[in-house]
Amino acid sequence: MTDFDPAAAAAGATERILADTLHGAHRGVVVDSPPGAGKSTLVVRAARELAAEGRRLMVIAQTNAQVDDLVIRLAGQDPELPVGRLHSNDPDPYDKTLDSLANVRKSAKAGELAGLDVVISTAAKWAHVQGVEPWPHAIVDEAYQMRSDALLAVAGLFERALFVGDPGQLDPFSIVGAEQWAGLSYDPSASAVSTLLAHNPELPQHRLPVSWRLPASAAPLVSAAFYPYTPFRSGTGHGDRRLSFGVAADGSAYDRVLDEAAESGWGLLELPARHTPRTDPEAVRAVAAVVRRLLDRGGVATSTADAVPAPVTADRVAVGTAHRDQAAAVRAALVELGVTGVTVDTANRLQGREFDLTVVLHPLSGRPDATAFHLETGRLCVLASRHRHACVVVCRAGVSELLDEHPSTEPVQLGVTVKFPDGWEAMQSTWERWSEHRVVWRP
Amino acid sequence: MSLIAALARLEAVEAGRARPLATVRHRHLSQRPLVLVPLTTAGEAGAPLGALVGTDPERPRLLTVAQPRDRELRFAFLAELADAVLPYIDAHAADVELVERTETDPGTGKRVKAEAELCADAPQLIVPGRAGIDFVRLLGRSMRFRRTAEQDPEAPYPAPPRVPLLGRWLTHYGERARVPGSALLLAATDLLGGHWASGQSSLEDQHLGALLAWIDPPGGGSGAQAALRAELARDAAGQLLCPPAGPATDPAFDNRLLAPAVESYDRVRAALGAAQEGAEADGWLGQLSLAEREIRRLLLTQLEPTWHAVWRGLELLRELPEGGRAADRWVSDRWSFTSHRDRVLAGEPPQPRRDDAVTAARKLALRERAQAQLEAQEALDDPLVMAGRRLAGEAFVAEVTEVVMAWTESKRPAPRPLITLRTDDSPHLGERVKVYRSLDGRPQSAEFVRREADDVLVLRLLDRMGRSRDPAEGSVPAKGDRIAWTLFEHDQRGGPRLPEPEETPWTHGGPPGTAAEDPDPVTPEDLL
Amino acid sequence: MDKAALATAIGSPGAFGQSQFAFMRGNAFEARVKSDGGAELMRLMGVEGPTAFRVPELTAAGPEGRAARTALALREATAEAAWTLLDHPLLALEVAGSPAYLEPDAVVVHPDGRWTVVEIKSFPMIDAAADAAKVGAAARQAAVYVLALERVAAHTEGAEAAHSVLLVCPKDFSNLPTASAVDIRKQLSVTRRQLARLTRIEDIAAALPEGVVFDPERPAEELTAAVESVSAAYAPDCLAACELAFHCRDRARAQDAVGALGRSLRGELGSLTTTGEVLAAARGTAGDPADPAVAALRRAAALRAEALEAAGCR
Repeated sequence: MTDFDPAAAAAGATERILADTLHGAHRGVVVDSPPGAGKSTLVVRAARELAAEGRRLMVIAQTNAQVDDLVIRLAGQDPELPVGRLHSNDPDPYDKTLDSLANVRKSAKAGELAGLDVVISTAAKWAHVQGVEPWPHAIVDEAYQMRSDALLAVAGLFERALFVGDPGQLDPFSIVGAEQWAGLSYDPSASAVSTLLAHNPELPQHRLPVSWRLPASAAPLVSAAFYPYTPFRSGTGHGDRRLSFGVAADGSAYDRVLDEAAESGWGLLELPARHTPRTDPEAVRAVAAVVRRLLDRGGVATSTADAVPAPVTADRVAVGTAHRDQAAAVRAALVELGVTGVTVDTANRLQGREFDLTVVLHPLSGRPDATAFHLETGRLCVLASRHRHACVVVCRAGVSELLDEHPSTEPVQLGVTVKFPDGWEAMQSTWERWSEHRVVWRP
Repeated sequence: MSLIAALARLEAVEAGRARPLATVRHRHLSQRPLVLVPLTTAGEAGAPLGALVGTDPERPRLLTVAQPRDRELRFAFLAELADAVLPYIDAHAADVELVERTETDPGTGKRVKAEAELCADAPQLIVPGRAGIDFVRLLGRSMRFRRTAEQDPEAPYPAPPRVPLLGRWLTHYGERARVPGSALLLAATDLLGGHWASGQSSLEDQHLGALLAWIDPPGGGSGAQAALRAELARDAAGQLLCPPAGPATDPAFDNRLLAPAVESYDRVRAALGAAQEGAEADGWLGQLSLAEREIRRLLLTQLEPTWHAVWRGLELLRELPEGGRAADRWVSDRWSFTSHRDRVLAGEPPQPRRDDAVTAARKLALRERAQAQLEAQEALDDPLVMAGRRLAGEAFVAEVTEVVMAWTESKRPAPRPLITLRTDDSPHLGERVKVYRSLDGRPQSAEFVRREADDVLVLRLLDRMGRSRDPAEGSVPAKGDRIAWTLFEHDQRGGPRLPEPEETPWTHGGPPGTAAEDPDPVTPEDLL
Repeated sequence: MDKAALATAIGSPGAFGQSQFAFMRGNAFEARVKSDGGAELMRLMGVEGPTAFRVPELTAAGPEGRAARTALALREATAEAAWTLLDHPLLALEVAGSPAYLEPDAVVVHPDGRWTVVEIKSFPMIDAAADAAKVGAAARQAAVYVLALERVAAHTEGAEAAHSVLLVCPKDFSNLPTASAVDIRKQLSVTRRQLARLTRIEDIAAALPEGVVFDPERPAEELTAAVESVSAAYAPDCLAACELAFHCRDRARAQDAVGALGRSLRGELGSLTTTGEVLAAARGTAGDPADPAVAALRRAAALRAEALEAAGCR
């Protein structure tokens, strides 16, 4: 362990990626980035270096929020850099913050931005751009969340590209069956990266080896459960991250699970086994109560040995759920407890975000069955990898029995590359680990 | 499953009879559909055993294969199938109307009006179940690459003339069936299961006999008992009283009845082949015809109940009025049929074995749009479907309690009236969320402004009020109106423009090859 | 135990059994694949010519003897670093505390020490695609073989059980074999855990009431009582997989269980488990309105009634 220098490992990987991107012979470079490994930093740096070499750059992200975030980061790093924000014709198409950035030009027409060093937009908007000179270089962000057909629509716009993304998050999906194309290298419903690599296996593939977000308590579990074939390490060691409370525990299960999570990085608040509807009132109230106690007890987090301790305020806390109605129920319960400012959302919307502490309503809590949706590894991976300090999982007892009753019977399509562990197995292994940090709650 | 559909199933359990899931029929039914009930040989891929086919419930045409592994007999069956199906298709292909549509001029890139032929109606193919749709696809795949003697005089085992053409049509129908809301090729179980909730699981609904028993029990008794009987009851000889709807046969039928009959057919045929003189051969020929007739008789016992069940199902479905937008979707089906007719007439090669990258992406985009469109249209056509969307917070019905006129602040103010509504529903509305209502069959949009109480909300009407300062007559709801609003759009926008296949980019392997596909290699394996 | 015989004996025979057409075709295909002393099969592995590989004799007395013979052949082939085809080897694996013997269609030893399981199936691969449910089942089956092979490989110098298996199927509409490598790492990790979690057979037996016997020769009432003493979670999916499913369905229906209507239906009903309970809750005659499941059911029932009334269907 002592011979692993995370900073050096990460810096080395970044240098190799930039060398391949700027001077490599290949048309594409692929970078796998586990949660919190510095993907955004890499994208901003690559964009600046490409611009510095005088190569016009287009950046393709998947959502408007991601686009705006990138624009703001770029402008923050390099206020002089001329950046174009290509946007849709909808009302309020971009974050108003962009209006205050002097060198960011906004337009719904690609032609009006064509001369700028960097032009950024969503894949959906880029797909409507035509009749322009192709860009010599592109960066495709969140490339694993981009569908192959979306890449097909935009790939004609650039000569070469850097593809960056997290292979462990939620896969793209389609609302209709696409089985007939399974196994085809260009299956339109597959991820852009799988198509790209199937056709261009010689492309250099890199991996950011260090998660700067996940603490030493979380990285090994997340890596083993969700990235078994591409492991990563945490950038901080045991004891670097510290979480403590100004107010002592009152003996309640909520406080005990918070103490357990502060101590070990994980906490499992286990409610009595029961089949419930999705918006299980007891579980929802328990989630809200944990959040309320966390804020009441004045959590203080220290990121590294020499960092200044910072209070864990509401904006540093998130609640993650599988379904939207669960998120809505938790929001309502938080309002009832007088808590505001905490992010409450589904796994899909928490992708790419980071908090000090997260409270997760386990996707299988109270369920009578384990469906493919609930067993999707990406969903659990997102929920279990948003935190810098600790994660509290709230769940009804009986998950392993439920899983035993629903053995994995996944269909297998010939010719499809296995990228990810089985959802059933990931559920079992995470549950086994969380059970070691169990606090039992009784009504 | 939506809670409303779940409730319908539970009500069906309690009543012992199916309960309605729809108040209108969501698929167009042709005046004269072609029903096809196929059977396949267990363990073989695409080796048909028999079929009943036709447009007249009283006069089905029976096609059988006495020895499914014999290529000659299989070809004879397929030729007969082509004979039964292609005239039905040809009749529709010939009857056209001229319509105007906008096309992109390849020279200028401008949208121009052009006149085009549209077939006045399209052939509609009905099979008993989803497995039947898969089988149609499989038959299409097995036939479309065959070469006839005319196409390729060198071809060993040339296919009968119209077989490859039938393969192309069945392939087209099989692909079209994957488009949500399409009705060129439909499964009776899907149709019935979409309109009625039985008291069993959707898996058990795949059994046509059982599903029909829940909806329309013989003698009007208990649907539950009739379904159980359809599923499991056997006669003294161990044969199912209601044979499976196919294309797979019951193993007990195969083992106890069909296998001995095929064996005796094989025996007679071998003897006929070995017969030396005319008289002996004549005798065996007579025997052969008897053996063949016995196989036909056996297969008919398996096919006939399903044939009647499909037609009975169609009869029940016809009692429901057709949903308004189902007719619009049928027009798309007619276009689909017409364009395939044009490809065949233009001498294009058969559909490739697997789609190229651009074609696959286009199909997926088309189907995703069709799916969203279908979900919206079924809700707009049917209050019972809309009820499900209301329960999910994706739509709401509300009564107008106040209308306050307001205008935009531009030089030429346009009307933007504020509508106050009272509703018992709980839609997922957030700031500036758009909602839509149907005004004369077209969507009118509004945006959510605020909630004044749990059941009172305010919307701002945004469009379809005309060009003047005062809104056009009837374009603004009036106090007391009860209106259904949806959070989902009623029409789907076209997707992004994909490159032409010959411009496929490097990320997707570059342009596909243009050579026509070779036929499947001939193997001696499927000969006796 | 013979579940089909048991089901027939208690009066709930399923629609199981195999058509002899399918059976004959399956056998003919396996024979075709293994014809020519295995040359056809080895050709699919990329090994040409009948003399390019060896086929050791694996016959021995009893399952233990055959398993030992197989293990010996595996070790010898690995030591000799030559392509070797093991036709119907026998492997041993401990399942729930008891030894189970497994017979894969074939195992191929590579010169580099890798051992590849070969699965021969009679469903077709049409245009390089096959029924995903069937491939999935084959992959799960193969995972068990690979686990058993790993036990032997652990004691063999230079050997490694490959984590991808060779699936051999008829090509398109012919009887010609074609093959596809199937990556079974997922199935392996799942099977490993399932085997580790399987309650020991003695534990299952211990949980059963005294004197339970599943012998199809016993009288029907006695058997039915025996079967019912074992807890079973019926779902419609069972119908395609288990000979006793129709019996379990009868029980589930008799108990008015909503699970008999499908797993997806149970999802939103919370702790309500019978049709009667759900309908009573929906009609407002029972259930706690503060329970979200009950509230949603009442709302659903009201909306459904309103829509049916509007359409004149009531």
